[in-house]
Amino acid sequence: MKATGTKVIIETLIEQGCDTVFGYPGGAVLSIYDELYGHSDRIRHITCAHEQGAAHAADAYSRVTGKVGVVIATSGPGATNLVTGIANAYLDSSPVVAITGNVPLSLLGKDSFQEVDITGITMPVTKHNYIVKDVNELANLIREAFFIAQSGRPGPVLIDVPKDVQTAVCDFEHKKVIKKKRVCSATEEQLLKATELISQSKKPYIYCGGGAVISQAGKEIAKLAERIDSPIGFSMMGLSAVSADNPYWLGMTGMHGRFASTKAHSEADLIIAAGVRFSDRATGNRSKYTQNAKVIHIDIDPAEINKNIETHCSLVGDVGTVVTKLLDKVEKKTNTQWMDAVQKMKDLKEMRSCKDSVMHPEDIIEKVMEYTDASTIVATDVGQHQMWVAQYYRFKKPRTHLTSGGLGAMGFGMGAAIGGCVASGGKRTVLFTGDGSFGMNLIELATAVTYKLPLVILIFNNGVLGMVRQWQHAFFDSRYSHTTLDRKTDFVKLAQAFGASGYRATDIKTLDEALKKAFSTQGPAVIDCVIDKEEKVYPMIPPEGSIDDIITR
Amino acid sequence: MKQGQFILSVLVANHAGVLTRVSGLFSRRNYNIDSLNVAVTEDPLFSRMTIIARGDQAVREQITKQLSKLQDVKKIELLTPEKTVLREHLLIKIKVTKKTRGEIVESVNIFRGRVVDFNIDALTVEVTGESDKLDAFIKFVSQFGILEMCRAGALAVKRGAGNDNKEEE
Repeated sequence: MKATGTKVIIETLIEQGCDTVFGYPGGAVLSIYDELYGHSDRIRHITCAHEQGAAHAADAYSRVTGKVGVVIATSGPGATNLVTGIANAYLDSSPVVAITGNVPLSLLGKDSFQEVDITGITMPVTKHNYIVKDVNELANLIREAFFIAQSGRPGPVLIDVPKDVQTAVCDFEHKKVIKKKRVCSATEEQLLKATELISQSKKPYIYCGGGAVISQAGKEIAKLAERIDSPIGFSMMGLSAVSADNPYWLGMTGMHGRFASTKAHSEADLIIAAGVRFSDRATGNRSKYTQNAKVIHIDIDPAEINKNIETHCSLVGDVGTVVTKLLDKVEKKTNTQWMDAVQKMKDLKEMRSCKDSVMHPEDIIEKVMEYTDASTIVATDVGQHQMWVAQYYRFKKPRTHLTSGGLGAMGFGMGAAIGGCVASGGKRTVLFTGDGSFGMNLIELATAVTYKLPLVILIFNNGVLGMVRQWQHAFFDSRYSHTTLDRKTDFVKLAQAFGASGYRATDIKTLDEALKKAFSTQGPAVIDCVIDKEEKVYPMIPPEGSIDDIITR
Repeated sequence: MKQGQFILSVLVANHAGVLTRVSGLFSRRNYNIDSLNVAVTEDPLFSRMTIIARGDQAVREQITKQLSKLQDVKKIELLTPEKTVLREHLLIKIKVTKKTRGEIVESVNIFRGRVVDFNIDALTVEVTGESDKLDAFIKFVSQFGILEMCRAGALAVKRGAGNDNKEEE
């Protein structure tokens, strides 16, 4: 059939299994929005309040569903507003396809109104990007974009479509979708080597990352842990891969990891890293990292092998597939002594940083857990609250934890909560945020109200930029330069002004009352949780440090 | 080849922006390019880049793997100098006088170069060869005064009958 560029876009999106897009209209995407208008029964469009929020929402949508998240923005400022969201998806390996409009071909390169070179700008933060100059290529490029976004290590792809390409006419036929395959290029020899390392090891430690979440490899990892009697520690991105109820679960490791998890990580003689990239936040001082341990690295991205940590054995492939193959070979073993030692590490009570505060962050999180269930989507922003959630929230199902890991983008939370909530089919979704982070994208509260999204937004309000302040405390002699906000924002009134419910919690009792209301209300609810600004995230290992440098209180 | 240098032969899709993608990858990963040469191959769909870069084994491995992740990169080969024909090209404008002209022309012949432009007070010479040879020539003629010079990055092909482009699916 004959179709315009915009028709091609919509039909190809539908063909690729897309039924929800996030975005914001504008001059260079008018035709796309006109097409959406006529197809609202086939594609649901969520209009966000800012393109950054839309990009985070698409990212979160893909994290929850495993499908490609799609975001649409206009040229110029619309496109540049996407950049943080795209970079976030890139660093956390989220499959996102961003479609931007641009000025007509004849105006390209002339500094036309709302023209930016968005393919140039996003080149370092996308897996690939395109500017489409011929409508005949459009459908195949969108198909290719979907394929690239999902294949291997997932990530974002941007397609820039000039205005006149959107209106040009071409032939269009639907095609069959190419399914992504579960890849495994680990050789028999490498698998045997890994098996040997595992059987020799007396103190194994499975270090599980975001790759295990993407690959849904939780079951296989848990099986491996049981088979070889090994504790499982997690990078922040990997936290939801295995249920916190699993007896081998130690929680997050690294700079702000749980003590036992980080301690066991450092004392292990074999680290089986599954779907991690050995971020500096997780490894600390890299020269000390492998002092006592051999490393088996399982990852789908061959470029991650030996990038940050030199490995003794690498297994390239989809985590679930590789671990399944390992399970065929690895024999049952027990490491009683090691597991006893790990248990002792777990028994050490972690100290609270601020003894006399009225409402501890940990207690807030525990209270919220009384209201959520295993499938509740939990989003966070970035900062202290994010670490507390990673430390204390017990995730039980993969793809329920939405957080900005690699980029650490404050402002991620509101967009993510919206995308996560939409992806879950409108189920009650929790956002933990801070007064700093919330301030960055709070405008998306308007979106949540419009679409009646049942978000429960908990603001850990300490009136300061807590994490930066904590570093100023630790490394800058408590010189709190510009981290005390001294704002007069009334978050309860603010929520009400947006049309959401607003509550204030000053202690656990008022928090409980607020949660009771928030979890039974329609649409979004904001709970302003007043916490002490002296609360710190502990344990903490200073950057470039090791377990010997750990600060526990 | 200088200490730590290595040669990458990279077959890439021949369309706009590919050079930016490749060079951008080098700069954002904090690797340096010593020289880069790119032109279309016998198949107009592909270009070949010859990149001379520097780094230890780990850097070589990383660059190769990171480049492989670019959609437009079709094939990468790390060439071993002994099995590679490597050529650089030099265009150099040398100041001449009646007295020095003879000696300069003689040196051009020794280096198997060619005089490509001839003026009363300047000679433009082209020389082709491996990097060291060009360095030696430049060093020698610098005593006469170099007015201008222009040097292309290395071109490299593997010795033998194989065609790297054709092996590609």
